[in-house]
Amino acid sequence: MREFLEGSQAIARAVALCRAGVVAAYPITPQTHIPEGLSEMVANKEISAQIVNVESEHSAASVVLGAAATGVRAYTATSSQGLLLMSEVLFNIAGLRLPVVLTCANRAVSAPINIWNDQQDSISLRDSGWIQLYAENIQEAVDLHIIAYRVAEEKNVMLPAMVCVDGYTLTHGWEAVNLPEQQAVDKFLPPYNPLYKLDINNPLTLGFLADSDYYMETRFAIQKSHQEALKALLEIFQEFNKYFSRDYQNGLIETYRTQDAEKVIVAMGSVCGTIKDAVDVLRKKGKKVGLLKIITFRPFPAEEIYGALKKVSKVAVLDKALSLGGQAPLYSEIRSVFFGKKSAPKFIRSFVAGLGGRDITLDSIINIFNKLSLKETKEEFLDLKPELLQEKL
Amino acid sequence: MFGPIFTKPLTSKNNKTGSWRTTQKPKFLQKNCIACKMCVLICPEGCIEGEQKNTYHCDYDYCKGCGLCVEVCPKQDIIMVEESQNL
Repeated sequence: MREFLEGSQAIARAVALCRAGVVAAYPITPQTHIPEGLSEMVANKEISAQIVNVESEHSAASVVLGAAATGVRAYTATSSQGLLLMSEVLFNIAGLRLPVVLTCANRAVSAPINIWNDQQDSISLRDSGWIQLYAENIQEAVDLHIIAYRVAEEKNVMLPAMVCVDGYTLTHGWEAVNLPEQQAVDKFLPPYNPLYKLDINNPLTLGFLADSDYYMETRFAIQKSHQEALKALLEIFQEFNKYFSRDYQNGLIETYRTQDAEKVIVAMGSVCGTIKDAVDVLRKKGKKVGLLKIITFRPFPAEEIYGALKKVSKVAVLDKALSLGGQAPLYSEIRSVFFGKKSAPKFIRSFVAGLGGRDITLDSIINIFNKLSLKETKEEFLDLKPELLQEKL
Repeated sequence: MFGPIFTKPLTSKNNKTGSWRTTQKPKFLQKNCIACKMCVLICPEGCIEGEQKNTYHCDYDYCKGCGLCVEVCPKQDIIMVEESQNL
């Protein structure tokens, strides 16, 4: 049914449709409306999930770890500092191979304190072993939660999944959303049936000490399982497209007007909507431009990205996060796809934009396309204010 | 693919903690032993066994090479030797 919903409400409804059994979250802007929505549904007896109130994000993550270990479908949501506080437990959830799903309402990281959107929080957790899916709009945010549980619980995957939704733009924006029917979701996402769980009738220990004789294999297994997840996601997205009448292409990446494109911007999340508008504007003027949207960032779909960009001559990678002291994270990974390859773009350039919620406007995007015509550009911080950088202490 | 992520009860002996040993291991000389059992009592791994004089020995699958048995032996009948030495 099509409903006009706030992003957070829509995500809460999606999690309810997935029949999460245990929900533990600690409020943090801009994630708050999501657990609020779930609490309300539980209070109104619309769903039978157990809400566990906790004193911090570290506890929230620990509760969902424990819940998932006993074989329950578990859910949490957080943002920014909250995600970082969870980080120790997030590595554990991945290491214990528990298919928890987490919504990250993407927000900048302190200091200075800033509650607005960029993607530094989830990008900082890219090495944790979690699957990471990035939503462009609220409809995608809803769908990606259902897909996240499905792929996380695949027997040959068994990894936690993070659905990354841009704070405010998606969590507080309103959109007409197609919420699937409960029956359809139940069929697409059958009840969680774990391979192993904490059970007093069949005791086992999860999270034992693994010394140098054992540890490396557990990490190798996660790496291999991410490759399995890549294959699983391709199939799951196909099934999802068919079953719910959507078009996520292969689900790992989405190409927008790239077929004959000479200039392409690569990006993740809600900014892709703005880029699509900019592409349409420039296409009307006859410019051959396009967008490559990364939906699945972990596991990283290198092969699909290679296929989509190998014939494009000029590529810009737009990061809404940094790896301070190094290259922008998405940029460096896109570049590494082409090392040693015969067909590759003439150049790939880095553009950092929208940090701490700075607007990325249609003009900002058109500016990127224009800059791709220049012979040289440095690593660009888009719409930077040089007057704020004078050293007056 | 999983790798070892859980264990069943009563399986801790499968975990050969002797791999923690680094460069040295204890050698039980079995010459001047008086069967005082001090080495058995002090071993944090509980991996030393013996009854009669000069019968005491340790299980290298679990010995972490801490050297406490060498320290405690009143007869200096246990010494630390290089890990590579064949016993």
